[in-house]
Formats: sequence, structure tokens, C-alpha cells
Amino acid sequence: MNPATQQTWNQANLKANATYQAERRRVTVEPITRLEGHGKIDIFLDDAGDVERAYLQIPELRGFEVFSLGRPAEEMPQITSRICGVCPTAHHMAATKALDDLYQVEPPPAARKIRELVYNTFVLEDHALHVYILGGPDFIVGPQAPPEKRNILGVIEKVGVEVGKRVISMRRRLRELIAYFGGKVIHPVLGLPGGVSKGLKPEDLPQFKELAKDGLDFALFTLQVFEDLVLKNPDYVKLITGDTYTHRTYYMGLVDAQNKVNFYDGLIRVVDATGKEYAKFPARRYRDFIAEHVEPWSYVKFCFLKPIGWHGFEEGPQSSVYAVAPLARLNVAEGMATPQAQKAYEEFFNTLGGKPVHHTLANHWARVVEMIYAAERMVELVNDPEITNTNLRVIPSAKPSVGVGVVEAPRGTLYHHFETDDRGLITKANLIVATQNNAARIAMSVDKAARGLIKKGQVSEGLLNMVEMAFRAYDPCFGCATHSLPGHLPLSVSIYNRERHLLRQLVQS
Amino acid sequence: MPKPKIALYWCASCGGCEEAVVDLAEGILGVVEAVDIVLWPVAMDFKKKDIEAMADQSIVATLLNGAIRTSEQEAMAHLLRRKSQFLIAYGACAHLGGIPSLANQFSREQMLKYVYEDAPTMVNEAKTRPQVSCQNNGHAMTLPQLRQVVRSLDQVVEVDYYIPGCPPTSKLTQAAISALLAGKLPPKGSVLAPDIALCDQCSRKGSKPANLSFSQFKRPHQTLLDPELCFLAQGVVCMGPATRGGCEALCTGGNMPCTGCFGPTSRVRDQGAKMLSSLCANVASKDEKEASAILSGIPDPVGTFYRYGLAKSLLRRKVDLPVETPETP
Repeated sequence: MNPATQQTWNQANLKANATYQAERRRVTVEPITRLEGHGKIDIFLDDAGDVERAYLQIPELRGFEVFSLGRPAEEMPQITSRICGVCPTAHHMAATKALDDLYQVEPPPAARKIRELVYNTFVLEDHALHVYILGGPDFIVGPQAPPEKRNILGVIEKVGVEVGKRVISMRRRLRELIAYFGGKVIHPVLGLPGGVSKGLKPEDLPQFKELAKDGLDFALFTLQVFEDLVLKNPDYVKLITGDTYTHRTYYMGLVDAQNKVNFYDGLIRVVDATGKEYAKFPARRYRDFIAEHVEPWSYVKFCFLKPIGWHGFEEGPQSSVYAVAPLARLNVAEGMATPQAQKAYEEFFNTLGGKPVHHTLANHWARVVEMIYAAERMVELVNDPEITNTNLRVIPSAKPSVGVGVVEAPRGTLYHHFETDDRGLITKANLIVATQNNAARIAMSVDKAARGLIKKGQVSEGLLNMVEMAFRAYDPCFGCATHSLPGHLPLSVSIYNRERHLLRQLVQS
Repeated sequence: MPKPKIALYWCASCGGCEEAVVDLAEGILGVVEAVDIVLWPVAMDFKKKDIEAMADQSIVATLLNGAIRTSEQEAMAHLLRRKSQFLIAYGACAHLGGIPSLANQFSREQMLKYVYEDAPTMVNEAKTRPQVSCQNNGHAMTLPQLRQVVRSLDQVVEVDYYIPGCPPTSKLTQAAISALLAGKLPPKGSVLAPDIALCDQCSRKGSKPANLSFSQFKRPHQTLLDPELCFLAQGVVCMGPATRGGCEALCTGGNMPCTGCFGPTSRVRDQGAKMLSSLCANVASKDEKEASAILSGIPDPVGTFYRYGLAKSLLRRKVDLPVETPETP
């Protein structure tokens, strides 16, 4: 081809491409009402008007692993807590435990118990927030109730203003305990390698004993509310056990030496979709089992089981997708370490037909079972004579190099991994965060809910609430997932036809 | 008379500021009844076009938390500025850049490469990265663009007031909202917190030596921390002297030093420079070699002195970061 012809050809080609690109943008971008600060779901329909694919997108990244470089390791509990202001205590504790490992130092018994007390208080408080304010209203008020009733005010209307007051005051008192030890409840400061900064004065113990007792009463009362309003309603039970929210995947969670649920410490156990143990490993070996996958359409990374390899957003025998959080923890464990929680655990599996339970919406019930355990553990700890001991620190002397810490955040297994130079300055950081573990399964739930509810171009009015319910069961924290956006995620759904024209857009809070 | 319209919005933040507002719960019921909240993504539904359709300045006040990193956050900051009579930077990230602005020591490319390619758990042979726009099986998808640097709110739009802290306290938030509703506001540009050093609110103030002299700096994990003695007297760096009060010394109450989240008082231009110069002036040795041995006890000066304020500081960012080119993916 002569150069002049080639040039003309190339110019024509470029122009054609530019026109094509402009056309694509006009169709796909322009109609999108950007709901900033929101997660975004795009649903694409095929020629028949059925769902081809639904996507959940997360729109931001902050890069904590990178800007941790060069920082003193002992600052990580306070820096990484800023990943999430909803569950700062989880990040604070995971980082603190990574520091214990980094410096090869065991906190004295009282320090360990204070950490556990703070941590179980945090889990109880955070679960209560979810049960009464964020997720629970779907059940307590009812999934068919109008949106303006599906909130804490609707809950109060249903269960009475006294109960509402009790919830608010219980959360406040639990948060005061965290602030007592941590200085602040949002972004606490107590964690140091080998201990905690502050102890419990004997004169302050009685108020915390009373709080733990009230906390347990409150957790048992919550189970009663759940049983009366949800389990005694056949429609709700049908909803929980229905296919729309069911996925057969692997499950992951921390267990103690007896394979009982533990939030603060233990080994990570993974079971397969039949409930059989697939793996059990200490935090240090997390890289042998967990890997991350990236898609070009979201800033969030999707975790999967490394030995199996990534096979897409699918369930089935070849799938490497796993779930974490309350339901997963109950599925991987062989029971609860405290009596009342054990009783609730048995009832849970007896009612839902044995282990493992694959119904995503059962997370709500599992969360209440865990509230009882957290409260019973609080009672044990405040009645432990060692809790007021003043020996709270072991000063590290080992040369630091690598530390990995793990805890069960309310929303699932949370790993902090730091590497340092001899001075304890960070040279590498890696964070595997609760909701990230669940990200693939959440994406599957959204896709499945959309497929189940949109047929032949008919978009069910109930779609939004049904998708929303799939979401809320996981209690997703996208601030954690991307180390970026905060909290409990409002959501927009856009539906496109085969020609990629926006058919309609739905928004929920 | 219609109730005054208030908006709450978040950008690059952790959600702690939202929790701080939720924590007002019992105390703020009266205030909530007095206003009409038109926008609060964490708690209620909204559409950007609804906000766009409102008359300019029809929102009395917007409390915006979080730093500005993405194209989307930038656009929302401009929109809310236009629609609001008062724009209030709420919390350390909007006020000063916050902890996310420590990322300004690193390039965007370094961050994306590590997160999506080099992180130890990453499996990504194809080196896939999130794209501003992409085609996935014929489905056109878009994401907001990450800018080169993190900025404080007032580096993007004009700001009327600041409520400091990581997070702000309930007391300050409530006082600010009450002042706003009563129309009793201080001069524009004010930080709505006491203009005193944190030391003035700290129970350890009495033990702060009149003449400090540092022969060694200890990192908090290297020493048992006395629960009553001034941290500086213990040789532990505490940002109290260079930091604005108003939090009522919560961290020192938790037996850990202040890390500076309220930013400087009005009399200090640069919080980090102020702290650094005051510490250096009190290093016990004037011998260069000895002095640098003492200062090696502060191995991360940027993270120590500019923990919450790198974006807004005189340093602002790493010098050789690329210049912003918005069309770059």
C-alpha cells in the first residue's frame, strides 16, 4: 500500500473509531444519573428482555497498603482503623494482633482479657446496630412494608417505644465501655504490641458487671423478638429459605481449640458446601489459601480460595467462592463456647435443616446467636478476677520482620499483614478485609436476585427491596471492602436493554 | 415557615464522621426536628438530579466529610457548594486532607500497581486494572477517575467553616449546628472549636516541664507509659502543644499521646513545622551527630507531624508527582 493511501486509510479508521466511541458513550454514560457515594448496580437485558448480567460496582480506592509504607508499625492500629469508622475496633484489633506476631510477644493475661472484653462489647454493639436499625427492619417491620416504615422508627412502632429506648441506651452504654479503654469509641487507641495502654480500675468494675448482665438480658430479649416476629411467621421463614437468596459456597471463620466460634483468636477453618472441613490454618498461612481477583469494572478486589483458582462468579463443585460473617462462622464451627448461645445455635440448625445452612438471609438469625455469645463472654470476662490486674504490657525486644493478625470482624474474617525493617518501619502491608471475602458472593446474590425478578422485560416493583434485602443480610461494609467508601451502602439500580439504552433507574436508601 | 434545609455528604472518608452524627442520636433530636435534611446518603435516598434541580443557595448548610480523591467527589463538592449558603468541612479529612492524604507521598501509579498487581495475595497475570470506562462482554461500564493527589475540601471549593477532629465530638457538632440555626456564627473561615492548645484541656498539663530537654525519643511501644505524667516529659512525642483543643484530650485519657487530629490553632500556619521546630529546639545536644541520633527516635516525621494534615500543609505532596491530567484514565 502506498503511503498516501495508507495515511488516508488510517485517518478514516481513526475517525470511524472516534465516532463509534462517541456513540457508545452517548448510549451508556450519558443517561446514567450518577448517585455519588452510592454503590451502583447495572443490569443488562438480552433481546428477550431477560437478564444477561447484573453488576455491582464500587467506585473508589484509598490505598492504605501503600501509604502505610515507611510508617512505624506501632502506629498501624490507629492508622488502619481509619479504613472504617463503622468497625474501627476490628481493624484496630487485627493490627494490634499483627504487632504481637511481628514482635513475637504475648500480652499479659489481663491485657488479653481487656482486649477480648472490648472486642466482644464491640461485636455486641455492632450486631445490635444491624439487627434493630440497618437490616432487621426488613423482618421486624416486614419486607412488604413501605420504605418509610422500614427503619428504626418503624421498628419502634412495631415493638414499642420502650424497646426503642432500650436499644439506643444499650448501644450507648456498650460504646461507653469501649471509650473507657480506648479513649474514643470511633478510632480507639488502646492497642500496643504486647498489651494495652490502659487497665480497669477496681472501682469501675461494678458498672461494667452490671452492663454485661444487662447486655446478656438484651441479647436474649433480641432472640425472643426475632422468634416471635420472624420465626413464627411462615411467610418470613419461606422467604429466608427460598432459592433467591441461597448459594452453595465454601464458608470461612475463626474457631477456638474446640472448633467453637471465636471472634478474637484461633485458627481459620474453611468448610465446603457439604460442611466438610476443607482447610484449617493459622493466620500466618493465609496466603496459601486466599487470593484476590480483579475485574476492570470495580475498584473492589474479589477474594477466592487460592488452591482452587478463580472460576468466575459461580457456585458449584468447581467454584472457589467462599463466604464469611455470622452465617459462615456458625457453619464452620461445631458449636458456641457458652451455654445460652449453644442452645440458640442448636435451635438455628435444627430449624433450618442441619449444617451447613446456605440461605443468605439466615445471617440475621446467626447474628442474634452471636450477640448472645458476645454478651455471655462479656459476663465471663468481667467476673474474671484477673481483669483488674495492672500488669498490662510486655515491652517487645525481638527484632521485627513479619506479622500477621486475624480477628472476626462483625462482617467476617479480617487479616492484617505487615512486614518491616529492623527498626519496625513498614516495608510491605496487605489487608484482606471482611466484606472483600464476601464480595464475590454478594455479586452473585445481586445477579441472582435480578435474574429471578426480571422476566421478559417486566421489572417487578419489588425488585429494589429484594435486591436490597440480599445486600443487607451480608451487612456489607464497602468502606472496608475497598478500604474506601464508608458504611452501609445506599444503592442505585440501572437497567439497560439490548441496545444499551437506559430503561429505568431505581434508587433506595 | 419552611424548616431550614441541611445536607450531609461524604467523600473519601471512613464513615466515622457519619457514626459521629449518629452518636448524637439522643442529644440532637430537637435539632433534627428543627431542620429538613435534604441529603444524607448513609441514611436516606436521593438523586443527584434532585439536588441539581434545587435553586442555588437553597440549602442553608452542607456538612461535608471526607477528602477529595475522585472526579465524582470533586463534582459533588462543586454542586453542593453552589446549592449551599454555608459549606462546612466536617472532620479532619475535609478540613485538612486527613489520613487518606498521607497517600500524597506516593504516586497514583504506585498505588494502583501495588494494589492490583503486586500485593502478596494478588493473582492477576493479565495485569487487569479497574478502568474509567470498559467493555465487559459487550456491557459498557464506567468508574470515577482517581485524581493524582488527595485534597482537602477548601483546595477544591470555597469553604465557610470547619469542624475539626477524627472524628469531631458530639459536643462540638451540636454546638456548631445550634450556632448555625441561631445565626450566631463567627467570622467566615473559622474553625468551630476552642482556639487553645490541646495541652490546656489535658489532665497531664501540670506535669509538663517548663523547659523540655530531649536526650532520647521513645516510641510508645518501647516504654511503659505513665498514666499521669505529660508524654513529652516521658520522652514520647505528643502533638498536644501544636494541636487545637476541643476533643477534651480523649487520647491522652486513653493513655496514649495526641496524634494531632484537630489540626493547628489559628495562630499556627503549619502544625507539623510548629511541632518539629519546638521539639528540635529542645533536643539536649547541639552536636550535629548526637542530635541526629536523638532525632532517629522519630523515624517517620511526615506520618508523625502531618498525620491528618499533609494535603493542607506547606509540604502538601511529594514534589515529583505527575501534574493532573483529567483525561488520563
